[in-house]
Amino acid sequence: MKRSKTMEFGVGLFMLAGIVGLVFLGLRVSGLSLSAPTETFRLEANFANIGGLKPRARVTMAGVTVGRVEAVELDTEWYDARVVMSLDSELEGQLSRDTTAAILTAGLLGEQYVGLSVGGDPEVLENGDSIRDTQSALVLEELIQQFVSTMAKG
Amino acid sequence: MTDAGFIEIENVHFSRGDTDIFRGVSLSIPRGKVTAIMGPSGTGKTTLLKLIGGQLAPDSGRVIIDGQDVHQLSRKALFRLRKRMGMLFQSGALFSDLDVFENVAFPIRVHTDLPDAMVRDIVLLKLQAVGLRGARHLMTSELSGGMARRVALARAVALDPELILYDEPFVGQDPISMGVLVQLIKRLNQALSLTSVVVSHDIKETLSIADYLYLIADGEVVAHGTPQSLDVHDDPRVSQFMHGEPDGPVPFHYPAKSLYDDILSEDATIRVG
Amino acid sequence: MPEHVSQSLARITRLGRRCCDVLEALGRAGLFLVQSAFSMPSREGFRLWLRQMHFVGVLSLAIVLVSGLFIGMVLALQGYTILVDFGAEQALGQMVALSLLRELAPVVAALLFAGRAGSALTAEIGLMKATEQLTSMEMIGVDPLRRVVAPRLWAGFISLPILTVGFSVVGIWGGYLVGVEWLGVFEGSYWSNMQANVTFIDDIGNGIIKSLVFAVVVTWIAVFQGYDLVPTSEGISRATTRTVVYSSLAVLGLDFVLTAVMFGGL
Ligand SMILES: Nc1ncnc2c1ncn2[C@@H]1O[C@H](COP(=O)(O)OP(=O)(O)OP(=O)(O)O)[C@@H](O)[C@H]1O
Ligand SMILES: [Mg+2]
Repeated sequence: MKRSKTMEFGVGLFMLAGIVGLVFLGLRVSGLSLSAPTETFRLEANFANIGGLKPRARVTMAGVTVGRVEAVELDTEWYDARVVMSLDSELEGQLSRDTTAAILTAGLLGEQYVGLSVGGDPEVLENGDSIRDTQSALVLEELIQQFVSTMAKG
Repeated sequence: MTDAGFIEIENVHFSRGDTDIFRGVSLSIPRGKVTAIMGPSGTGKTTLLKLIGGQLAPDSGRVIIDGQDVHQLSRKALFRLRKRMGMLFQSGALFSDLDVFENVAFPIRVHTDLPDAMVRDIVLLKLQAVGLRGARHLMTSELSGGMARRVALARAVALDPELILYDEPFVGQDPISMGVLVQLIKRLNQALSLTSVVVSHDIKETLSIADYLYLIADGEVVAHGTPQSLDVHDDPRVSQFMHGEPDGPVPFHYPAKSLYDDILSEDATIRVG
Repeated sequence: MPEHVSQSLARITRLGRRCCDVLEALGRAGLFLVQSAFSMPSREGFRLWLRQMHFVGVLSLAIVLVSGLFIGMVLALQGYTILVDFGAEQALGQMVALSLLRELAPVVAALLFAGRAGSALTAEIGLMKATEQLTSMEMIGVDPLRRVVAPRLWAGFISLPILTVGFSVVGIWGGYLVGVEWLGVFEGSYWSNMQANVTFIDDIGNGIIKSLVFAVVVTWIAVFQGYDLVPTSEGISRATTRTVVYSSLAVLGLDFVLTAVMFGGL
């Protein structure tokens, strides 16, 4: 009887350790916050070139993460890239119509993300709207080429 | 109903691979009696018990226990029927993860809702009957062969089943425990009017408790009758077996070519050459 | 001419028979899984399950945790030497965590589990079969699928995901020890880089789904091999070997398929 008690205790501890481990992974490793999943709304933006932007990349404003890239697809009307983003619903109806979206790079070789900056238009972007003013990714090869050709001219 | 045996085996054929083990065996085991099944080693006595227990199915023929055809029953009904049977395995087959006490308590616990104190009483009584009450805390790996067999016997009778199948209950027992076991089987049979089927090679002991005897050899029932009638049977095969003579019509060897042919056969000469 | 024809016919027949054998074994194994896993739970069943959780789960914990620690430390060491060339050593936490969560923890924990618990399950059930314990249980009127097989199956299904979580946690901690404490990566960037790049559903969730699939496959193979073996000592040793070989192959093969579905954009 005694032996089975310690065994039961061991199994209970084992299950508990599994749950604690999962909580650790959730909070500490994936940075999940305990608050309820935030509501989101969608915005689109067309870029001439997205470089290496991937779905799930961050969308930031002034360096603060405010959403994620949901999908990247080719827009066959203009043959440029359409990026669908989901943003914190707190920002719904707050961003002016002339907000700009730029594809930025974290560090020289880091991952790419979308940076938003607001303009001054009184009209605002609603769910499903499209950002007009976009700035494509910096492609390193093009940059070098430009640099070399201006050097040659000068 | 009372005339028909508790177990009726009707024209059973059974084969393993290419070898026929039974070629039409019929026997009738009467209710409340001790029936012994004897025969040379390897004739299929264990196989016959497994057919009765429904672990093996015959190629043709029927096994009927108390009016139910064992091999037509659903899995559930078969398990229900098995609750009324006890079987002592030739190998004992005790559960290695339980101790002696729990082994004997196992059938009681799974089939009844008796309180622990009562289970304990029953188990101790059964262990007392086989002389192993003092060994109840041993694990099965700590038992000798003969002790394990006696524990297995206590487990087989734990629920006081209506039918008990004993596969070689006397093997590996010293003369004293042998005598005790013979008495035990007889007493169980008389006191509770159980139906018992005993498979054994120990002629003297078997004859002393059996009410009826079947002799099986070569896949058939060679002879049957009361012990007295078989003792004076005129079939030479029967008297050879009953009196344990090495030479006679019943072969001691597993079927093979003659020893002379075997020794001078192809593969032997190749190895020499 | 007819010699040739009959020979190739015989070959085709043999191939057909092999295929039939394999299909039959798969069918038997599938039926076995369904029959035993979905039997009625009971109080007694819970106690038996608890006992198996102890044997299968708790006793495998030590080997899984120690392996996880070493693998996390090696990952950090190897990753650091590569990342430091790009000046990207602050991405170490992300690299360690993602490799562990997506791949190494589910796969290595499953392989260890097959070797430690799977082979033991096969041998135990095989020995019960060889000593006629399963048959005698049937004769007592108890279904060994419910009493012997089901608790072991469920213990395996539940243990391996827990062991996998433990493996990841300890591995990430091992990476921290080597990367931060020893090699001097800035602690804040170890964790923040990890948090920025690990998502709960996609990385942790998919890793756990993987380990659930592996748990079912490994336990199923182990228990079925034990239940279906030839009841001799040679049969038991062969079945034990088969358990380890088959489950390792199944884990690695399924890992590729699952990875392709989960992360490969299929
Ligand atoms: N699992 C099996 N597979 C193949 N053949 C078997 C198997 N079990 C038994 N046999 C064969 O069936 C025959 C009958 O076996 P069985 O065990 O019923 O004999 P038995 O009469 O009980 O012998 P013994 O008195 O020695 O116990 C034997 O010839 C044996 O070779
Ligand atoms: Mg036998």
